[in-house]
Amino acid sequence: MLIGGSPVTVPYANKMAESQKEISISDFFAKNRQILGFDNPSKAMLVSVKEAVDNSLDACEEANILPDIFVKISRTDNKDRYLITVRDNGPGIVKNQIPNVFGRLLYGSRFHAIRQSRGQQGIGISSVVLYSQLTTGKTTTVISKIGEDYPCHRMEIHINTKTNRPQIINSEVILWEPHHGTEFSCEIEGRYQKNKKQSVQEYLRSTAIVNPHVQIVFEDPDGEVLRFDRVVDKLPEPANESKPHPHGIELGVLKNMLQYTEARKLSSFLTNEFTRISPRGARDIISQAGLTEKTNPKKLKLENVQTLYDVMLKMKFMAPPTDCLSPIGDRLIRKGLRKEIDSKFAYTVTRDPKVFLGTPFQVEAGIVYGGEIPPGDQVQILRFGNRVPLLYQQGGCAMTHAIERINWRPYGLEQRGGKGIPNGPAVILVHLASTNVPFTSESKEAVADVDEILDEIVRALMDCGRRVKSHINKKNKLKKVSEKYTLIKEILPEIARKSSSIVGRPQIQLDPVITKIMNVHVIDSGIIHREVGDQKQTEVTVKVQNYTQKERKFKLLVKVPDTLIQGVYPENFNMKDGAIEWEVGPISPARSVHLGFTLLGLDQDEYDEVEVYYSRLPGEVIGADPL
Amino acid sequence: MTGKDITKGNRIAKDRLKKIAEFVYDQLDRGDIPHLEVSSRTKNNIVLSKDLKVWKYGKDTVQRSAKDLGGATSILRTLYTVDFIGDMIDSGKSSTLREMYYISEGWNKGKFPTQDESNKLAEDLEIITKCLREDFKLRPEEDGARVIGDLTITEKNRKGEVKKINCKDDVGDSGYGIPYNVEDEKVKFKAVNAKFIIAIETGGMFDRLVENGFDESHGAVLVHLKGQPARSTRRFIKRLQEFSNLPVVLFTDGDPWSYRIFASVAFGAIKTAHISEYLATPEAQYLGITPSDIVNYELPSDKLSDNDVSALKSELTDPRFSSSHWKEEIKLQLKLKKKSEQQALAKYGLDFVTDTYLPEKLSEMNII
Repeated sequence: MLIGGSPVTVPYANKMAESQKEISISDFFAKNRQILGFDNPSKAMLVSVKEAVDNSLDACEEANILPDIFVKISRTDNKDRYLITVRDNGPGIVKNQIPNVFGRLLYGSRFHAIRQSRGQQGIGISSVVLYSQLTTGKTTTVISKIGEDYPCHRMEIHINTKTNRPQIINSEVILWEPHHGTEFSCEIEGRYQKNKKQSVQEYLRSTAIVNPHVQIVFEDPDGEVLRFDRVVDKLPEPANESKPHPHGIELGVLKNMLQYTEARKLSSFLTNEFTRISPRGARDIISQAGLTEKTNPKKLKLENVQTLYDVMLKMKFMAPPTDCLSPIGDRLIRKGLRKEIDSKFAYTVTRDPKVFLGTPFQVEAGIVYGGEIPPGDQVQILRFGNRVPLLYQQGGCAMTHAIERINWRPYGLEQRGGKGIPNGPAVILVHLASTNVPFTSESKEAVADVDEILDEIVRALMDCGRRVKSHINKKNKLKKVSEKYTLIKEILPEIARKSSSIVGRPQIQLDPVITKIMNVHVIDSGIIHREVGDQKQTEVTVKVQNYTQKERKFKLLVKVPDTLIQGVYPENFNMKDGAIEWEVGPISPARSVHLGFTLLGLDQDEYDEVEVYYSRLPGEVIGADPL
Repeated sequence: MTGKDITKGNRIAKDRLKKIAEFVYDQLDRGDIPHLEVSSRTKNNIVLSKDLKVWKYGKDTVQRSAKDLGGATSILRTLYTVDFIGDMIDSGKSSTLREMYYISEGWNKGKFPTQDESNKLAEDLEIITKCLREDFKLRPEEDGARVIGDLTITEKNRKGEVKKINCKDDVGDSGYGIPYNVEDEKVKFKAVNAKFIIAIETGGMFDRLVENGFDESHGAVLVHLKGQPARSTRRFIKRLQEFSNLPVVLFTDGDPWSYRIFASVAFGAIKTAHISEYLATPEAQYLGITPSDIVNYELPSDKLSDNDVSALKSELTDPRFSSSHWKEEIKLQLKLKKKSEQQALAKYGLDFVTDTYLPEKLSEMNII
């Protein structure tokens, strides 16, 4: 190439090299803040709170402490700036580590662990420190105490964006009442929005739904205090750490693992560093890759690493263990939903763990219906990845796509053309737990369309749909029954009275007409919860009324949860597959029988609907389903 | 009050109403679910009666059965109403439909949710008993409209005195007010000196014709319809026509709603088809405004609304408008997408309607 026709004396690359220098991560972020989710002031506010709260929750859970989180947002003299404070009752951070945890990007204890955790979801709290610094020039203040007899440290931190290293501007020991915990406060440029779908309040509410063991108190800029109360005093089962599965890694990761392993031989590297690779499997891999077992992993050539990687991908292995997942559990999700959303019906389901590309995942879904939820609006979708609410990019998320893929009309929700997000008085929740939630982008706001995941979400939601439908059916039938009761108890007797008074003839016996009008069997069930001493008792009653013209004899089943049962009546019952079974009758026309039992040790929301089934009962039955 | 106010009609009505209660009582006594049957009151169930030349209900019926809440409630309301009417007849009182609606407040589950429901039930009872609302001592709150012209009648006033009234000389500019009861016992026709009867939809046009002296200049009896005419107005026109044998023309706005006014006067209304022979005047002819008038007289017009268009389309399937003349006019209007009011004629001056339009139209119809 001829440049300007003059002879080239100094290679151009040397000139370029003078201006090429390492760009620090901090510098890069300073120029690309949207990658971290700080695209605009209101999102920046949300992300800042979210990072701090996620950090607090992870710390508390790791230390086996029930989290008590206090969040406060206050205005400053500058209307575009807010002061954010997040305080927890976690284990605290030792003095030396405080600057690293808050002032160094990509620094953390969870970075290499294959385990379900919240921390994977953001770049971390240090990005908030950096954002605060870039927009206000202020330092971030951290207060932390690790135990009752330990000093409490207060530090002001600044990040040197050139070196990606924290600088301590001020450090002192102070008096702090809590025994242990951490308080984080920083000033940022942001906007506070109230009562919006994407707001701090909504994020905290959503967090409370899927973390029913958490207590959150939130004070907004107007000084209004919102409490999200803890509903369960038990921490979630800690997720086990797990080694990577041979199908769940990328080439670069394999290279790193080979570099840093303590194994001296390739065979032990494979069996020790991976899950589901047996010694025999390791031998197979090595021979197919044309390598030897004794090869030192650190000395593997690049092309050999590629071959090894290809062989591992092609070979079959047992699916990875799924005990590294920590689902919330259908019961707890229901508790959370019930507490935060006023509804008439809630159903939740936790699917069995599944695997995509060597990565274990588990889908949980829930639906609440009726009550105070506006009936005409589009259904609200609550999305969560590893217990963290996903508030942005709803339209691009696999969870939304799964909802849109289902025809909701047979389940009693409105949906234009049988496609898209349905309308109706419902809220749908989807939670994806995984050691590696596949997000569509770095800002981690939407789950990618992985077939295995989509499939699981669809199945979970269809289950929810079926339950909603049967709830609606039951409700409609009950409405019909209550109408018929009004008819036979109030209107018909008045018709009889009025007509006999007009024609001046005697009153009429109405029973035959009543059974003709009803022509139905009504099964009414009731639940009464009470506490006797410290024993929880749930009294269940079932009343069967025969409003037909024939005598009836049939089989009735009531499903019961796995708990202690006492006082079953009448006594001619059988226990069968988690159900109590009676031979009922004969019941004469216009007569009824009573059945019942008492469950012990259940909370009110653990048993809130009596499931009754029947067989050999002809004609219409209200209040039970055929077996 | 004494029994002397009870007419034969009242007595028959009371008997027949009691039969309804007996019907219900007997069904209950047999152990059957009580039901009542009434003619279906839709445009699909009206047929032209060859003898009477008016439209009557066909054979379709609806069943009100106590099997469901709605039917049972309706039967209960019927019984309360029957009882209430019986009491009124016995005590010689009468009430307006609105009063009955308010009285139903005390009828527990038999209470009417809206006055529309109570009006409809009164009509149902007319259908079942083949009696008139007046026989039930029920009357509408709106009175009939007004009449001006050389017509002499007698009216028995509330004191029982018979007053002779000439509807030209004995009335003011607002004319003779048609009472709610225009039956023979109340109103008698004595003499008419006119060439035709013209019924006018709007008060504005009625007053224009009065001010221009159209009744005297052209020998007309002017009847104000006041929009959709009350029963008494229709009955008055019917009786006046029978008495005088004069031609009757209707002068209304040129829109689908006005055509329905014409249909209810000439053919009988769908809602009251059971008493069409009392209310409808099959001799009545439609004068205008016709869709052709809008074109021929280049009348100022408004665009048809969506409601207008669907009303016109519904009239295309209404058996009362099945003549080729009406079909063509309605199709023309749908094509024009326009409607005009009577008073649009004022475009050519205040006298145009009485000096030009009406004389032209009436001579086309061979009336003058």
